[in-house]
Amino acid sequence: MKKNLGILGIFLVVCVVASVFGQNFLTGYNLMNLTQRTSLFAIISLGAGLVIVTGGIDLSIGSVVCLAGITTPWLLVEHGWSPWVVIPLVLAGSALIGLFHGVLITRLRLQPFLVTLCGLLLYRGIARWMTSDQSQGFQGEFAGVRSIALAKFPIPLVENYQIPATVIPLVVLAVVIGVFLHRTVWGRWLLATGRNESAARYSGVPTAWLITMAYVACSLLAGFGGMLFIFDIGSAQPSDFGNFYELYAIAAAVLGGCSLRGGEASVFGIILGAATLQVLRTAIILLGLSSQLEFAVIGAVLLIGVTADELVRRFSVRRIERKQT
Amino acid sequence: MTNTHQELLRCSGLGRRYAGVPALSGIDLSIRGGEVLAIVGENGAGKSTLLKMLSGVIAPSDGDISVADADGVLRTVQLSSVRDATRAGIALVHQELNLAENLDIAGSIFLGREPARFGFLDLHSMQASARDWLARVGLDLDPTTPCGALAIAQRQLVEVAKALSCNARILILDEPTSSLSAREADRMLEIMSELRAQGKAVVFVSHHLDEVLRIADRVVVLRDGHCTGVLERGAYDRDSIERLMVGRSIEPTEQRAARDSASVRLRVSGLTSAHRRAHPVSFVVKTGEIVGLAGLVGAGRTEILEAIAAITPHGGEVHLDDVELRGNTASRVRRGVAIVPEDRARNGIFAANHVAMNMSLAWVDRNSRARTVDTSAERGVVGRLMERMQLRPAEPDRLLHTLSGGNQQKSVIGRWIAVSPALLLLDEPTRGVDVAARAEIHAEIRRLADSGTSVLFASSDLEEVLMLADRVIVMHEGSIAGEFTAQEVDEVAIMHLATGGAPTGSRTQTAARGKEHRRGTKL
Repeated sequence: MKKNLGILGIFLVVCVVASVFGQNFLTGYNLMNLTQRTSLFAIISLGAGLVIVTGGIDLSIGSVVCLAGITTPWLLVEHGWSPWVVIPLVLAGSALIGLFHGVLITRLRLQPFLVTLCGLLLYRGIARWMTSDQSQGFQGEFAGVRSIALAKFPIPLVENYQIPATVIPLVVLAVVIGVFLHRTVWGRWLLATGRNESAARYSGVPTAWLITMAYVACSLLAGFGGMLFIFDIGSAQPSDFGNFYELYAIAAAVLGGCSLRGGEASVFGIILGAATLQVLRTAIILLGLSSQLEFAVIGAVLLIGVTADELVRRFSVRRIERKQT
Repeated sequence: MTNTHQELLRCSGLGRRYAGVPALSGIDLSIRGGEVLAIVGENGAGKSTLLKMLSGVIAPSDGDISVADADGVLRTVQLSSVRDATRAGIALVHQELNLAENLDIAGSIFLGREPARFGFLDLHSMQASARDWLARVGLDLDPTTPCGALAIAQRQLVEVAKALSCNARILILDEPTSSLSAREADRMLEIMSELRAQGKAVVFVSHHLDEVLRIADRVVVLRDGHCTGVLERGAYDRDSIERLMVGRSIEPTEQRAARDSASVRLRVSGLTSAHRRAHPVSFVVKTGEIVGLAGLVGAGRTEILEAIAAITPHGGEVHLDDVELRGNTASRVRRGVAIVPEDRARNGIFAANHVAMNMSLAWVDRNSRARTVDTSAERGVVGRLMERMQLRPAEPDRLLHTLSGGNQQKSVIGRWIAVSPALLLLDEPTRGVDVAARAEIHAEIRRLADSGTSVLFASSDLEEVLMLADRVIVMHEGSIAGEFTAQEVDEVAIMHLATGGAPTGSRTQTAARGKEHRRGTKL
């Protein structure tokens, strides 16, 4: 919990600044919107976190979001397939992409950066070619399926704010991944692998299998996220849907306390990180800043957050060491 | 030229406290040119702290250090950084070597003070003077060889050359021979005495008392942060040093009973490692037997251990209890194979994690309910393991990198105790470990073997092989050169085979000769 204090602080500061200076920040509509976007981005950020724990990186998240997101309406609308076939198929396809990355990384010992960079180009290209670069959408149909992402649950006695349905998969995933990382043998092994892969292998930990599974989980969550994104917005362009989402996911994981060196993660921190990024995006609009500044502001806040975190950590490590030596 | 036996450094009342707790106190010491000074003591006795203060890595909390200036007058100095120490003519050669692997020899000798002309590297003069310094330490190597391609012994000598090139008058060597084979260690000692002849002061730390007995002009013995004696050459012997180190003499261990009737646990047939073009090797290890792999560094011992555990792919077959071992390391560990690697820092420990996590990793899955870690049971087992291994301090929540080398090694070995492995593979089980911890680790290995674990260990330390093994397999250049039982083995016979000598016909003769050497080269 202690290591989440930094990101919690940044989150609160950003929220206070946004609500003091932007008139519409604390409206129910805006908060509802924020919750929705936070849930969606947090889901793909959790996947990024699992890969970062192993000391790896996944740059293909945005393209997997695009491919899975575009394929869903393409199969449903253009080809008329049943949602009962399409949803499992898209999820299985996403998992296969992760398996492909994992096998290349663990068996052929290719670098994760390179493998997933190629993935980034590959899947976006496939999505654009497959759809002839045409915008894909539900054309007002499939309301039932889309309600997975669009349904809202009212809270008794609260007006103006309803809980978006995407919170449910997020909470379920957060609990599952949290328990997995900190309570199960596999989680212990995954964290150990991230810290010192070689020492984990010498201790009998199936490191190759664990790393592969981390990439499978990451791509599966990206595919699932992509599906929820398209259900949410209704239609999208293959050329720009999901662009830079991998960077939002990685940024959220790093803000949330994952070390890019591996071996450290906090589920709560990752969700807070994703929320901070979304509040920032909204704040830029509400504060009347030019939306062209968005990346610059996010970059600056990320840099400040990571620097502050590193300084705090160095200070506390030194204090612990002084106490122990 | 320095006047030999001139006092170069003196410290008085030197001490260092960590968080108020003294790690070292009241050290009065003088270091003279043209002498070799050995510092001995168990781990935790304060040797490293003393070296670090002398070389400017940490500042003393009490006392002063004075260093002789150009006129030979002692002046008090503040050594607040390694740079200060270098300027004062003191150079430290680390236990963990830190040459940049991607630089060549000349580049690493002159790293940070490269000769330059108009901002361009003067490669020609850099290589020429690197060659001179290499000659001073007896290395005949091309200065453009990358450091990554050097053997450990050569790297160490390059570090010494680097220290000399900084005009060091006082050379401090932290366990200079701990990772060298016997022959390389001999060479290292020769170079130390050459440096002595050149008027340098050589200060070294060693766990090998034989080296100390051979070369040291004076011995400083530390125990629990105090100096328990400074012995002049001629006034010390092994027993007196051991008594000052531990407050008692160390008894040689008893011979274990023969295991002729035991069943075969491990059968290795035609094993070749994918990492080396080695000859196929075949041997067996019986249940409860301790087998030592002896040989020079590079003879292929590590490769055999790592092939059996499938750390590296291998050819040939390995049978455990008559069932073939297949698959990766993880699946072999489930079958009861355990491996303790040679390179502790890289392959053994999780330095930034707690001791508890380090010690439970190997069995955390077997101790789980429905794959969920049972934290309180884990704590209990770790506590018992730490007790059994006498791991100090007994705090499961400590970060591992704050422990001494000996205690880190105990945590890596202790990891496997809870699973009672069928086969325990140990690569250099006590490298860089002090005498007392070494005895405890040996006792633990024997306890495991008594309870039925088969042990196969590799060691460059001949005395360790003789003390621990029921049977010794000697390796030479990737193949098995010979095999002895504990009763017939001795150092001379092992060295004879390990250095490529032909197997002798009359073994009894060499054995009789060897009994005198039984006390060993290294301790």
